[in-house]
Amino acid sequence: MSNDPTSTGHKITVATTWLDGCSGCHMSFLDMDERLIALADQIDIVYSPLVDTKELPEQVDVGILEGSISSDDDLEKAKEFRQHCKLLISLGDCAVNGNVPSMRNHFKLADVMDRAYRENVTLQPQIPVHGVPNLLGTVKPIHGVVAVDLFVPGCPPHADAIWYVLSELIEGRTPDPSQVTRFGA
Amino acid sequence: MPRPANQPNVRVVTLKIDDLDLSAREDETIIEVCRENKIPIPSLCYLDGLSTWGACRLCVVELEGQNRLTAACSTRVAEGMQIHTNTERLQRYRRTIIELLFAERSHICSVCVSNGHCELQSLAQRCGVDHVRVPYRQAAYPVDSSHEMFRLDHNRCVLCTRCVRVCDEIEGAHTWDVMGRGSDCRVITDLALPWGESETCTGCGKCVQVCPTGALVKQGTSVGEMVKDQHFLPILARRRHAR
Repeated sequence: MSNDPTSTGHKITVATTWLDGCSGCHMSFLDMDERLIALADQIDIVYSPLVDTKELPEQVDVGILEGSISSDDDLEKAKEFRQHCKLLISLGDCAVNGNVPSMRNHFKLADVMDRAYRENVTLQPQIPVHGVPNLLGTVKPIHGVVAVDLFVPGCPPHADAIWYVLSELIEGRTPDPSQVTRFGA
Repeated sequence: MPRPANQPNVRVVTLKIDDLDLSAREDETIIEVCRENKIPIPSLCYLDGLSTWGACRLCVVELEGQNRLTAACSTRVAEGMQIHTNTERLQRYRRTIIELLFAERSHICSVCVSNGHCELQSLAQRCGVDHVRVPYRQAAYPVDSSHEMFRLDHNRCVLCTRCVRVCDEIEGAHTWDVMGRGSDCRVITDLALPWGESETCTGCGKCVQVCPTGALVKQGTSVGEMVKDQHFLPILARRRHAR
């Protein structure tokens, strides 16, 4: 998969990133195994943790977001993806419904921070502030902050489900992810 | 509520469901006739062998000549009825009902012991609920692990009251009941005592087996391990009824 923008030609451009997730959905993407080679003939991954590009291109055909909106940084990235991607996909339960990251919503953020960085720490307990984004009070699914065009639930969605969704999109059809995946799949 | 005894002279009515011409006994409900004829209608609180509750509204159908929707579980068939079970309007309503159930409490499927064996989860998939359009309430509910064999997680309860009915009608213990209104509504054991302190609970586990979600589960189960078996219910219900 080339990330040289001059070689994109007529290929569909795809950008991916993960927000508050475990990267499992990206691992599931890689689990498409040899189908990735067939996919590379049809799509160009122009921005992703899987490639080296540091900047999101101005115009991308398909944006894929994994993870929920838990921090300032997640929020900014989601808005950026919405702005630059023609079609935006929520990939996986964290993106679709908040999933495990949203379980902290039952507690006050300050209590969560205390629990993680003070109560259970024996050496120099402190709240990290440098080089880390501010956490938001409430974790939200992607469509809680920007409009999303397609939802692919699953924890993670099976490689077959991702393959189905991308194949349908490449063929110019609208996939129905409920046929192949569900919450918690 | 016991089912009415089979009368020797029950009339047969003819009706139309989704353009299928059918005949049914006049003491049957729409959902019973649909199940007999393999016409799929989603349902959550309805369970063959228990009395009718009519709370979840997932089994709503359209009757020709009536503008309001009708719950298939609590409506008897009648001569000449023309029923539609899967119109766009019904699909829209069912989708919304399921989304509201997900938004009301915390159903995090991926870390649920019932993952893969949950009626709410499979209904969501069947009805095309791939995301929830309303904001989540994000309210925390308690978990009662005081019983030595079972656990109650209110966060995953949909208030179908199957547990209440099976305990009362089949086991005869009436340990379960319902307390509170609106978002405070929850199922309770005895007079809201911890389940482990209940004096009426026989520990039979029927409530756990009929629970459609991961709200009532066996202790010691991990993610996806809680598989439920409801085969006993129609058999026991018939035996109770025959007496």
